[in-house]
Amino acid sequence: MSKIIATDKPQAAGVSRRMALKALAAITAATQTAPLQVQAATESPPLSLARPGAGPTGTTTDPDLHAGIVPWSRSLSTPQLQSLETLCELILPADERSPSAADVGCHDFVDEWVSAPYPRQQRDRTVILDGLAWLDKKAEQQFSAAGFVALAATQQRSILDTICTPATAAEQSAAQFFSLLRALVCGAFFTSQEGLQDLEYIGNQPQATWSLPPQAVLQHLGLA
Amino acid sequence: MNKSQPEYDVVIVGSGAAGGMSAYALSCAGVRVLMLEAGRDYDPVSETPMFEMPEDAPLRGSSTPDKPFGYFDATVDGGWQVPGEPYSSAENTDFLWWRSRMLGGRTNHWGRISLRMGEYDFKPRSRDGLGADWPMTYADMAPYYDKTEALIGVYGSNEGLENTPDSSPGVLLKPPAPRADELLTERYCRDLGIPVVPCHLAILSEKQDYRRWPRELHPNNALGQRVTRDIMRARAACFFATPCGRGCSIGANFQSPTVLLPPALATGNLTIRTDAMVFEVSSNARGQADGVGYIDRVTGKQHHVRARVVILAASACESARIMLNSKSTAHPDGIGNASGLVGKYIMDTVGASLLGQIPMMENMPPHNADGASAMHMYMPWWLYQEQAKGQLDFARGYHIEFGGGRRMPQSGHFRSVEALNGGNYGAQLKQDCRRYFGSFINFSGRGEMIPNEDCYCTIDSDQKDKWGIPTLKFHWQWSDHELNQARHMQETFRTIIESMGGRVMGEVAKDGAQAIKKPGEIIHEVGGARMGERPETSVLNQYCQSWQVPNLFVTDGASFVSNADKNPTLSIMANAWRSADYLVQELRARNL
Repeated sequence: MSKIIATDKPQAAGVSRRMALKALAAITAATQTAPLQVQAATESPPLSLARPGAGPTGTTTDPDLHAGIVPWSRSLSTPQLQSLETLCELILPADERSPSAADVGCHDFVDEWVSAPYPRQQRDRTVILDGLAWLDKKAEQQFSAAGFVALAATQQRSILDTICTPATAAEQSAAQFFSLLRALVCGAFFTSQEGLQDLEYIGNQPQATWSLPPQAVLQHLGLA
Repeated sequence: MNKSQPEYDVVIVGSGAAGGMSAYALSCAGVRVLMLEAGRDYDPVSETPMFEMPEDAPLRGSSTPDKPFGYFDATVDGGWQVPGEPYSSAENTDFLWWRSRMLGGRTNHWGRISLRMGEYDFKPRSRDGLGADWPMTYADMAPYYDKTEALIGVYGSNEGLENTPDSSPGVLLKPPAPRADELLTERYCRDLGIPVVPCHLAILSEKQDYRRWPRELHPNNALGQRVTRDIMRARAACFFATPCGRGCSIGANFQSPTVLLPPALATGNLTIRTDAMVFEVSSNARGQADGVGYIDRVTGKQHHVRARVVILAASACESARIMLNSKSTAHPDGIGNASGLVGKYIMDTVGASLLGQIPMMENMPPHNADGASAMHMYMPWWLYQEQAKGQLDFARGYHIEFGGGRRMPQSGHFRSVEALNGGNYGAQLKQDCRRYFGSFINFSGRGEMIPNEDCYCTIDSDQKDKWGIPTLKFHWQWSDHELNQARHMQETFRTIIESMGGRVMGEVAKDGAQAIKKPGEIIHEVGGARMGERPETSVLNQYCQSWQVPNLFVTDGASFVSNADKNPTLSIMANAWRSADYLVQELRARNL
């Protein structure tokens, strides 16, 4: 059992569902067979917690939670996706710890988000599409370019620099667009496998015991 | 079937905390029980998304109208709305009613916080002249709290604090070691005089003692002992991973379908019928309950089932709705409603919250902060003396639930980075996200609401659900006690956050109306068929038995007289068990 109990290893973030289920099965078996060994042979078996036959109906209010199917189609055009991919690259670029937001497909997540049928996402859709159009317009006005993606990276940054700080941005609607996009991209990136590893998220894997935080953490907080 | 011999002794409407406990206690005692659940059957073992990550869900698992607590929340066909089953609110009321349509109801996703009501909480009116007293005392309930905690498994500690009862020795499971954010909060709250102690959660921090408890819970009852032993052996201890709100496929936390229903079924005395939407309690010419009418949600057909006793455990407001809709010559205003109090004095918990960012927690060394998913520590109410002296402008207390640190990242977590760095992008933004990850603590107050005459539900004469059943309309008004309390919560949170050198994220609400969550939003709605000393001023006696209809019981939160700051589920279960013991006595004495 000790083999499957990882302690403080960063690789834990990448635990696959299959691995986790294997670990779960091992732990469950270990904890459940132990009592049987000390019981008399006449002992009745532990009760089952399962109710075989029951399961989700597959509607949007009762989906198959293991399948995680996105029931709507993505709807952005290729040029819109190209713009978003460029923006993902600029918002969270690759560095020595992790790839860029574009590398892990955060632009596809934005497409999934703005294509969803819910009121919040439909409102966000308008903000995102208006923002992308605004960027193209700026590219044309300032650099006579055929859209934001056609600009050099320095030119792209010169536009984003005017809208990335809401408190000082001249054009508030464009700043709101960028705030929203940045939040979506950061949220998508840091919940991806690569993002979780970047953050060194350790968790969501079975532990045999639970103990106090490591000494280094207590020291960091002045509690050691 | 012989017409004079109902097939079942008892029919129970609902399968959650109350229905599950009623069914467990009665079936262990040899009573033949039929349970009707409006929702679908549910398999906690195969359906629970234990290890799935946000990436495995649409929209990274974000809240949607279809899944308001996020994609992986256990709730089936529900949340603030159930498809085809509306409710309405009076003008100036924005009541929220969380329901689910699944076996086990809301116990599948609940917070597992299991706090006992204390001595003061049972006699609030005697203490400060407000609200109403319960017809029983803490001493009456204490044995049932012990039994319930031992059965379902609750971790925590005995701290000997005022109006925060200790459990009997050996009842509680050992509390898990505190997380980093909990230790840090405790350190700074010490100087503020705010106690931070192990919270009580219905989670198995260790295996239950299956040799001791079955004998103590069911003395001289071999059947009860056997099924209780077998469920305790079947449940695994917590492995400190995966969020409890999704449910638990290994039975390490309390859910009715993993803890109460399997042993009840194993007695051979329980039959469960799902997709059975009860719309009325039927009664005979003498006004006694003789069964219930329900609609099969699959076929749409109406059915009637007979029983000697009817127990409503459909959740507070749903039970009130069934009673109000059960009109007959004997019960023109609804069954058991001669007092006119059915639907009255409904309560929720006062809620307010504030997020803090704690610079000390930035760039913490990576470590596992999952723990038992729920809280390990909390702050029980600590200003009883100040309140008694009249130093506060609200009469009742609240406790604080808090948590943060390096938990599983969620897609919404990084929205607050902009408020901290002013807004940037590129390499620096990536650095900032790393820096701030795990540096937040959220504080939530959960306070007592005093029942008042302006908070009630009635049948909406204009609306029926898709089954043709008249729906509920809610009316609500907070008093200054709740509003002032919510403002006090916000000030306390600000003080704690700032004492830790932290920054308040967002704004501290200036007034209570701005601070307080919506009625119903905390999902602790109780009352609507309250217990009491007399039939004129209450709907039920202290055993959850209708004053007018002795073979009708309401064992869910509807029976609550007050709503202490102690989350209601544990008390619902203790109360349901006590009611079941009384019912068994009455059946054996042939009084029913």
